[in-house]
Amino acid sequence: MNLHRLLANSRRVLQQLRHDPRSMALMVFAPVLLLTILKYVYYRQPEVFQNVAVSMLGVFPMLVMFLITSVSTLRERTSGTLERLMVSPISKVEFIGGYAIAFGFASFIQAILVSSFAIGPLGLRIQGSQLALIWVAILDALLGLAIGLFVSSFAKTEFQAIQFLPVVLLPQLLLSGLLVPRSQMPRTLSDLSNALPLSYAIDATRKVAMGSESIVHDSLVIVAFLFGLLLVGSLTLHRRTR
Amino acid sequence: MSTITLSALNIEKEKNEILHSISLEFPEGKIIGLLGPSGSGKTTILRSIVGLQRITSGSISVLNQPAGSKALRSQIAYSTQSASVYGDLTCTENIRFFASLFKENELSVTEILELVQLTKNRKQLAQTLSGGERSRLALATALVGNPKIIILDEPTVGLDPVLREELWGLFRRLCEKGKTLVVSSHVMEEAENCDHLILLRDGKILAEGTVSELKKITGKSDMDSVFITLVRGK
Repeated sequence: MNLHRLLANSRRVLQQLRHDPRSMALMVFAPVLLLTILKYVYYRQPEVFQNVAVSMLGVFPMLVMFLITSVSTLRERTSGTLERLMVSPISKVEFIGGYAIAFGFASFIQAILVSSFAIGPLGLRIQGSQLALIWVAILDALLGLAIGLFVSSFAKTEFQAIQFLPVVLLPQLLLSGLLVPRSQMPRTLSDLSNALPLSYAIDATRKVAMGSESIVHDSLVIVAFLFGLLLVGSLTLHRRTR
Repeated sequence: MSTITLSALNIEKEKNEILHSISLEFPEGKIIGLLGPSGSGKTTILRSIVGLQRITSGSISVLNQPAGSKALRSQIAYSTQSASVYGDLTCTENIRFFASLFKENELSVTEILELVQLTKNRKQLAQTLSGGERSRLALATALVGNPKIIILDEPTVGLDPVLREELWGLFRRLCEKGKTLVVSSHVMEEAENCDHLILLRDGKILAEGTVSELKKITGKSDMDSVFITLVRGK
């Protein structure tokens, strides 16, 4: 791996984002809007808002990065730029790593802004540190990136790529313990839940909210999933095609 | 010496034969024109040389190494037919990014912009360029690094004749610096600018040689008639 090429690639991805201020604004505005709605939907049940909002801070980055990664990599595939890169000296690790650094940075900014808004104006109370929450958000964003990369190889168009969202992410959301605690699910479902990365992300945000337990274990599980998925995703980048 | 050698190359896509037993030797330091109508297999040959095409049988060697070898990636430049650049980056950013992937760059970004005459568009996003400007930008991003072989898929399509002539002048200068250029086109007139021609039709080689050799064989004076005579003669 060559550090220079890795950074050149991440700089390029950030430049592309910079030329698209509307997408960047939406990355922050959409979570802020949804959290505000959530706040007033549960106006009479503030404890439910406390519980759901903190988990949503883990879900947003994953959703957003899933979408922008699957669309960006699909664009690279369909526009021919990926082929150009495959012919050049850049390696697959540098290609994926460049995206991970750039989108990781974007989700860092998103997490700072959105969590500050939740903790400030919306009155979200967390016992743990905001920094820990931001850390979990970045891990989730990278998870979204890895899933998006993998899924984009099954899509032929951007239209299809977006339709993978309900198939790949919504079941994870239902099984993650956001709606019903994982311990109260039927055995098969809780086992399934244990095998899905988003469950650990939701657990981690809850632990930060309680401030009682360490999130090291959850973080390690998410990192393991992350590397596994990135590896599988990199196998879908074929140099030779039909 | 031959820089690129194709031996009995067969390529099928979904059971359709795209290239049929192609054997070719590309001379070094020349401009080689790959000419044929659309669908004749030009792009498939170029993709095979750069190692992007899955081949059914046969072999390709480039600079004495199998096509697609890692060592070749800094020695071959490739520009696709569809002007593959990042639409949401400016001209300068596009060229700078592709240049940053190579250890050494023969030309600076400014010089490359100058060569393809995009200096005044340098701060413009690629998606707002006209078709011709966009294809020149794609060409520009293939001039980074210090390649021995430059492969250009239809680089002059849709360009105005003055600019087209200037680009051929640029190709000639690159060739004089010792580079081998492989340029595809479906416009037979462009043959006049090439040192060596390969005429393709339906995935087969119709004829090969210099412009004057092909004119002599057929007894025709313009390349369109040469092509037609060769097709009818078969």
